[in-house]
Amino acid sequence: MTPCPVRPRLQIRRPHRRGFLTAAAGLLGVSALGGCDRFAASPTGQRALKAGENANLFVQRLLLTPASLAKEFPDSEISPWFKPNGTIEPPDRAYKALAAKGFEGFKLRVDGLVERPQDLSLSDLRALPARTQTTRHDCVEGWSAIGKWTGVPLSEVLQGAGLKPNARYIVFHCADTMEYAAGSDDEAAETEKTAAPGMESRPEGAENQASDSQSAAAEVPTDEGEEAQGTPVRYYESIDLTDAYHPQTILAYDLNGQALPVSNGAPLRLRVERQLGYKQAKYVMRIEVTEGLKGIGDGNGGYWEDRGYEWYAGI
Amino acid sequence: MLSGPDIVETVRRRWMFRHPLVIRLAHWINVVCLAILLMSGLQIFNAHPALYWGAASTFDKPFVAITDDQRDDGSPRGIVTIAGHTFDTTGVLGLSNLNGQPAGRAFPSWSTLPAHQDLATGRRWHFLFAWAFVINGLIYLLYGIGTGQLRRRLIPDGDQMRGFGSSIREHLTLHFPEGDEAKRYNVLQKLSYLVVVAVLLPLMLITGLSMSPGVNAVIPLPDLFGGRQSARTVHFIVTNLLVLFVIVHVLLVLLSGVANNMRSMITGWFVIERKKLPAGSGEIP
Repeated sequence: MTPCPVRPRLQIRRPHRRGFLTAAAGLLGVSALGGCDRFAASPTGQRALKAGENANLFVQRLLLTPASLAKEFPDSEISPWFKPNGTIEPPDRAYKALAAKGFEGFKLRVDGLVERPQDLSLSDLRALPARTQTTRHDCVEGWSAIGKWTGVPLSEVLQGAGLKPNARYIVFHCADTMEYAAGSDDEAAETEKTAAPGMESRPEGAENQASDSQSAAAEVPTDEGEEAQGTPVRYYESIDLTDAYHPQTILAYDLNGQALPVSNGAPLRLRVERQLGYKQAKYVMRIEVTEGLKGIGDGNGGYWEDRGYEWYAGI
Repeated sequence: MLSGPDIVETVRRRWMFRHPLVIRLAHWINVVCLAILLMSGLQIFNAHPALYWGAASTFDKPFVAITDDQRDDGSPRGIVTIAGHTFDTTGVLGLSNLNGQPAGRAFPSWSTLPAHQDLATGRRWHFLFAWAFVINGLIYLLYGIGTGQLRRRLIPDGDQMRGFGSSIREHLTLHFPEGDEAKRYNVLQKLSYLVVVAVLLPLMLITGLSMSPGVNAVIPLPDLFGGRQSARTVHFIVTNLLVLFVIVHVLLVLLSGVANNMRSMITGWFVIERKKLPAGSGEIP
């Protein structure tokens, strides 16, 4: 009988226990994720984390043609309640005045890099070609609701105004005040971080909503004293021309066959169906055509984008 | 001439190169990816801690919800509701301590990335490591299929399928294969790895992409699951199955020789403990 050979050659290659322990310790270090939060806060960390977002945008631009449509649903699937989110009642006096008169005096301003700046009333907008689409609204938080939107394709409005050759982005300026720019910056930054687009418990927006009935006479709710000082920061969003000219990108004035309720963005809200809820700007008052996003808010293209959310919200 | 007991002593251990470098690297990269994906995923879940079936959310009738409310005596409690049944989960789910204070949050801060409520950063972690997970997984699959490693490792051999029952018995009694049998994965091991590699992990990717309104406009993935909210629910359920798998996997690694298993996944070298034979039985396995 031949005994199974013990392989001395292999014995020599037996790993050192020290190397093994070092590797194990390294893995333990990775699994102790305490350092992750510190990494995320560092400039390098932020750049690294943004790499995923850039890859998402790249792939979606690769996949999505201008003709790729968001799914449209039969009316039978319309949600019984279209969850209103974010601002549900703008606290601003100018908006309240418009709402009180059924938005009779509402004019959508279209300006910036356009040949013919426009001021369009609701009846002007309703006179333009309309599109109706029953689509699914996906909130960044994770929930969905299905609604039937009727409105004017954004492309119609842009054609009426005529884009200048250097036009690249469409910026939406909204009526609803989200917060006030002055005050202790650090603290503000901290509370903003805890919020999500449309979170019911948004620190400042929520207070505005809660207090608006008592402070209707004021320009902005002033019960908070300090907080009411400073420049109001109203909601803003932006899309590029690819999305602006998409057939399902409309300025909606009806929801489920009725005039858009205040809670869902009356009198006019954007629908840009291949992106998440926070892109669907409500209470749109002004459309500004720009070459870049630098001068808009902190330069990331939207209220929530300036608070860490992706500009291209396709996932 | 060697005597019987001497032979047994001499050949008791044998070194076997078990895991090629690509597989070892893919394994550990996957550990990091899945840990970060899990914790950032729980952060994202906390932004809307409820699950539904269908295309849209049925807010008043969630399939699963993790919330907090008050007991009759006014004290706060965390609750999990599953298909109408309510469970008190105070301290872990629904209500847990945040900086020493009880706070209403679905998953506790020690389980989420970032620890505090921050959906935007949670999403960034999630998407970055989703990319790492996908690229790592593709390399593993290409290598595994190209070299035949995957078939050899994960597809049970005919004789193994016939021994299915005894393999279950071995696991339950914590008797692990020795000798030549230890050179290959046992049948339960192969099948569970196969389900993870071929079903659960790809499902995570597909259900994840199903939640993207952008991807939906190109490929109607949510229809595979009965709608976007169903896809989100499946994403969550499969997460639970993967966590369950990891728990069992780690447990079995610990029970079946932690040093040997860890060494083999780090350096590639695995020790086969020979079956102990009565001296002079004449055959060395």
